[in-house]
Amino acid sequence: MTYAIDGWFAHSPEDGARLLGTRCTACGTVCFPPRRGSCPNPRCPGTDMEVLPLPRRGRVWSYTNACYPPPAPYVAAEPYEPVTLAAVELDEVGLVVLGQVKGLTVDQLEVGMELELTSGPLADGPLVWMWGRAS
Amino acid sequence: MSAVAVLGTGMHPWGKWGRPFLEYGVAAAREALRDAGLEWTDVQYVVGADTIRNGYPGFVSGASYARELGWSGARVASCYAACASGAQALDIARARILAGLCEVALVIGADAAPKGFFKPVGGDRPDDPDWLRFRLLGATNPAYFALYARRRMALHGSTPADFAAVKVKNALAGSLNPMARYRKRVTAEEVLASPMVADPLRLMDICATSDGGAAVVLASQEFARRRSVPFVRLAAVSTVTPVFPNTVLELPDFATDSTAAVPAPERPFRAAIAHAAYEEAGVGPEDVSLAEVYDLSTALELDWMEDLGLCPPGEAEKLLRDGRTALGGSIPVNPSGGLASFGEAIPAQAIAQLVELTTQLRGGAGARQTADARVGLAANQGLFGHGSAIIATV
Ligand SMILES: [Zn+2]
Repeated sequence: MTYAIDGWFAHSPEDGARLLGTRCTACGTVCFPPRRGSCPNPRCPGTDMEVLPLPRRGRVWSYTNACYPPPAPYVAAEPYEPVTLAAVELDEVGLVVLGQVKGLTVDQLEVGMELELTSGPLADGPLVWMWGRAS
Repeated sequence: MSAVAVLGTGMHPWGKWGRPFLEYGVAAAREALRDAGLEWTDVQYVVGADTIRNGYPGFVSGASYARELGWSGARVASCYAACASGAQALDIARARILAGLCEVALVIGADAAPKGFFKPVGGDRPDDPDWLRFRLLGATNPAYFALYARRRMALHGSTPADFAAVKVKNALAGSLNPMARYRKRVTAEEVLASPMVADPLRLMDICATSDGGAAVVLASQEFARRRSVPFVRLAAVSTVTPVFPNTVLELPDFATDSTAAVPAPERPFRAAIAHAAYEEAGVGPEDVSLAEVYDLSTALELDWMEDLGLCPPGEAEKLLRDGRTALGGSIPVNPSGGLASFGEAIPAQAIAQLVELTTQLRGGAGARQTADARVGLAANQGLFGHGSAIIATV
């Protein structure tokens, strides 16, 4: 399996799927997508960003779906099934991260509900991170 | 203090005309010059708000317009800031006037928009988050609007019927505006029966993409006073960026900033955009006679009302239901008909907002007129953190 993007998440049989953020070694600010170079905190001179696997679980901040196939460069499945999207709050790192949702439709989601990171293939094959039902 | 005069305004009607953007911009510019009683050759500085979907002339729109109008030797600038391009163009022109480097400036924005969802600029560009959000997630612009709408429903108990009521209100105003693309009144039933695009938003909750053009002639107040006719003042242009950490998931981002090390700022980004404009103009929400807000979706108009301080969080629906934001209400919101009636012509939009404020403050809005309009506020937000708010006063 190839990843749809390198270095943003990892999937292993032992750990499951993990988003890979970065953490500023000077001030502790966490970033996703992973960031190189300067810290986004305007009062921090830090330039050393270490990779930080993000918590696997979070709560739904909001959600929606795409009832029509999104345009390229998205590759839509045929026949098209609406893509569900959720923005999930990861409390420990103070971030909200957007992702496709696997195995749940908008009717099965609620704001505040717990989801867990997983991964799944895009229609043309490569793997992307996805939010799924918490195990 | 830092105000400049709005001497003239012009627009090309919004629509899907299929002609070059320059045509719309030049038509709007000529109308603005006629309205100001000035010739093109009187303009010392021309600023174009760029369009990125119309080839090279769109990237250097200031010069493209100057060439169309006839090379006059005027100084020129071109700028792009997504939906905030118009505000940036106004700010650049204003700054040059206030610096005493020119007296009369012409600001132009126009777009010819493609059909359907906005797509990222072409090519394989994995370093561009705007390209990546489509590639990895299929996250269209309406998807982000829908996330905000669903969040609002969860926080404040808003309903799809509330969202539909925004469209009904704005369509009624748009039906009275000859520059609007959509001139038909709609019912809540029609909105609620339109196809779902991004749950909970339906087709009629989401603004279309349009062709259109808008232009204004700005001048120093000294220049305007010499002409002995009343003029509207552009009293503030807020172009602020967010303050870290921005805790709202902004289009086209994959994630918010983190609050792990620094707590969220006192004001979220949209509220901060308005706040900076209020501070600059020396007025507050209680002074506002009417507001034009960027209703990319019906639900977003309700968010903006609260961000502008027109009511406390969670109370926008009440103002809406009481008819206070409708034409004839105590604080009309989007009396132009808003994006709901215009559709988005990106670089023209913030300039069109100033055109509406000016028309209202001059008392020239006809059936859409806000009684005793003295202070108008327009707010907008450009992709990647470009704030845009304008205050105009009599
Ligand atoms: Zn730092």
